Parts: sequence; structure tokens; C-alpha cells
Amino acid sequence: MIASVLFWISALVAVVAGALVFKVDSMARATYALALSFIAVGVAVLTMRQDFVGIIVILMMVMEMAIMAVFMISYMGMNPALMPMDMTHAKRPAAAIATIVFVGLGAAVLLIPWPVIDPQPVEGLTEQLGEAMMGSKMLVMLTVSPVLFATIVASVVLASPRGRYDRYGDRLRGPAHDPEPGGLGR
Amino acid sequence: MAEYLPLIVAALIPLAVPVLALAAAGLDAALTARARGTSVAVGAARPLREITRLLRQQRRTVLGADRLLWRIGGVGLIVASFLAVIVVPFGDTVAADLPIGVVWFNTIDVALWALWWMLGWGANGAYALIGGYRFLAQALAYELPLMFALTAPAVAAGSLNVGEVADAQSGLWFVVSMPIAALVYLVSVAAFSAWGPFSPAAGRDLAGGVLGELSGIDRLLVKAGRWCLLVAGSAFAVPMFFGGGAGPLLPEPVWVVIKTVLVLLVLVFAGRAIPAVPPQRLAEIGWVVLVPLTLLQLLITSIVSATGTGGM
Repeated sequence: MIASVLFWISALVAVVAGALVFKVDSMARATYALALSFIAVGVAVLTMRQDFVGIIVILMMVMEMAIMAVFMISYMGMNPALMPMDMTHAKRPAAAIATIVFVGLGAAVLLIPWPVIDPQPVEGLTEQLGEAMMGSKMLVMLTVSPVLFATIVASVVLASPRGRYDRYGDRLRGPAHDPEPGGLGR
Repeated sequence: MAEYLPLIVAALIPLAVPVLALAAAGLDAALTARARGTSVAVGAARPLREITRLLRQQRRTVLGADRLLWRIGGVGLIVASFLAVIVVPFGDTVAADLPIGVVWFNTIDVALWALWWMLGWGANGAYALIGGYRFLAQALAYELPLMFALTAPAVAAGSLNVGEVADAQSGLWFVVSMPIAALVYLVSVAAFSAWGPFSPAAGRDLAGGVLGELSGIDRLLVKAGRWCLLVAGSAFAVPMFFGGGAGPLLPEPVWVVIKTVLVLLVLVFAGRAIPAVPPQRLAEIGWVVLVPLTLLQLLITSIVSATGTGGM
């Protein structure tokens, strides 16, 4: 009973906070409205007795939003995000896409024949969820994750304006010429 | 009676943590007074005078401040410190005996990223905002080592429950069997409290940084919150690395408090002795030195656990 009430409250908070992302007039508030929305999602997951998954959702999303706020503010092009600004653009197509996606997902929730769950508490719920979602796809995940990681490293290397030749010179020798010295004096 | 014990502990946390925080702040002020050659007693009472001053001080209003985020950041630090302590077992009694207490603590520590930055942002001042960014830069350096440092005791105990981690140290405390993880954890506690070498987010070179525009009760909550975070980090270190309530003669809860005070003393003295490190230099230290070291620690811990001498 309490879990159901908590679930519906957190579901409502998640949707309202998600909508607030587009109503507020500051990048910082939009980012943290989104963080609040994700925290509510995490609480909703907690009410399904998925302790680990729920807390991890909150952990990852708060961390991500803390960093995202920095990027949103620094890269908000012509309109400096330190000033109040409108959070929406391309309003009509966005509204159409949002409506279609919402109706589609909502219909899917209602129409999919979900498996009937055993109401008894199960041991090792997180492990079972992991097995059900990933068990048969472990090979794919094991292949994809190093590729993803390599992509991240490669794109950072390519995007970095200063490579090792800029730091150490053509012969890659001597002390590094860095605008801001690192903590180890390399 | 026994079923009310967790509630009693939960009610004591918001009282005990600030008391320890005040004691630590008093000690720090007394040491500063001694170093300056002024009266130690007057110095030790400085935090109390500061509390009465700030309670009476009227709030300064700042033009264009983002009050909502600013206030959340201001209240958040002290609340986060209480939330971190609820998973610490005092003997058999835990305020909230979560099966994933270690991850809970980690989540609280990540919430500090947001809170410190909101403090900087909300003030609508350049120095405060730079202070907030300084904290994030520092957080990027300490967070991954901290996560691996928290993983090592959990792996050795085979559980994310803080009580079970404490019980797993009946033979040997984890501070002995995994010293690198313990050291990195303590360094990270100083870092998320913006204390000692990690204080540039509230640095004097920034006119107070995130503290700069704060006044009255807001300033009191943030300054108290910093000390409370240091206390919370010390309290959580006890079940993770210092054997929990284990100790001779005295009951377990008393030992937890004694060990918390000892860890806190170490943090206060070490923080005073080490000069501030510019946050932009911390990333290299964190990622080139601490991440490999903590991974090595985790590898050793995993091998020892897997080969059956686990629990150690």
C-alpha cells in the first residue's frame, strides 16, 4: 500500500519535474529539474524493491546532471546561459513528436501482455533482473562495451587541440609545455 | 524497546553530528589561535561566537540570485551529512539498515557535487561561481578513486550492507589489509568536505568562493555543513575500515563514537598541515596515480577474497 502510494507520487513528481525542464528560464534550473525527475524515477524503481538499481539511477543521474549543468551553461552559444532564456525551440515539430512518442509509449504500456508476476518476495531480485535482461546477450555486451569505450577515448584524443607533439616538441623529449601545469610536474 | 532503537539512533544523529562538528571546529580554531600566539581558550570558543553572530545577522540580499538553488545548496550539505550517517551501524543498531548501504553513502557523496555547485551558482557572483566550478573540477579527480576505495571493503566482505562489512573485519581491520583504499577514502572525505588541501572552492583567493556571498543563517548552515560532512565521513570510515564497534571492555556503540572522534582528529590535524592544492592540478594526481593504485588495491582484494582467505 505505502509502496503503491510512493510509486504514484514519485511518478507524478517525475513527470512534473520533466515538464518543468521546459518551463523554467535558466539552464541551471532546467538541468536540476531534470535531475529531480531522474531522482523521482529512482525512487519509483526503489518501490519495486530494486534497491541497487534504484539507488544507482539516482547516483549516476545526479552526477551526470552536475556535469551537464557546466556544459549547458558554457556551450549555450549566442545566448549566454548566465542570463534568463527560453528553454524551447522548434516548438511545433517538438510538440508533435512529443505527443506521438507519448501516445505510442503509453499505448505500448497498456497493450503489451505483461507477464503476471508472483507477488511473493523473491531472493536476489537484482541478480534475476540482470539475468533476464542480459543473460542471453552477454557476448554482445562484452563486445559492445570495449568498442564504446574505445570510441570515447578516440573521440577525446581527436577533439583535443593539443597532442603529445605540442606538449613535448617534435622529438618528444624534455619537459612538457603546458599552459596549466599538471599536478605531477610531468 | 528493541524495535525503537533504530528510531532513537536516527533521532540522535542530527544532535550528535553537529556536536562533534562544533568540537572539531573549536579544536581547529584553538589550534589557529595557538599558532598566532593568542589565547587558546578564546580561540576555542570562536565557533560559538560565530554561531551567535550569524544567527543574529540579517541576510544580505544579492541582486539576481537564484534563491531556490542557492537555498537547496545551503541546507543540503548538513542534511547530506545526516543522511550519510543513518547507514552507520552502532553495534547491532542501525538507523536505516539498507542492504546497499555502501552505494547509499556513495550516492550522498555524489549529491554533494550538485549541492556545492548550486551554492556557487545561486549567489550570482563571479567568485562564488568559480568556487562552484573549482569544487566540480576537484570532484572529477577524487570521485573515481573514492568509488574504487569503497568497492574494496564491499568485495572483501561480499556485501554492500555496511553492518556486514563491519562484521567481516573480526580477524583483521580493513585499514590493515587494504591501506591504500583506506587512505584514498580519508583523502576523499577531506575533498568532499572542501577541507584542508581541498578548500580552494571556498578559498580566500576567491574572497571566500562559494561562501563569499553567504550571510546570516545561510552562511551558518554551510559552514556547519562542512564540518558535519567531515564528521559523517569519519563515522562511515569506522565500519568500512576500522572494524566497526570492535574493541575491548566498552560497549560497541561507544567504540564507534570513539573511533569516529579519532578519525576526525586525524582529518583535522592532517588537513591543517597540508597546504591547499589548486583543483586543476588534482585531476592528474587523481587519474594518473590514485586510480591505478586503487584498481591495484581492488585487484589484490579480489584475488585474496576469491582464493578463499576472503573475509581476512
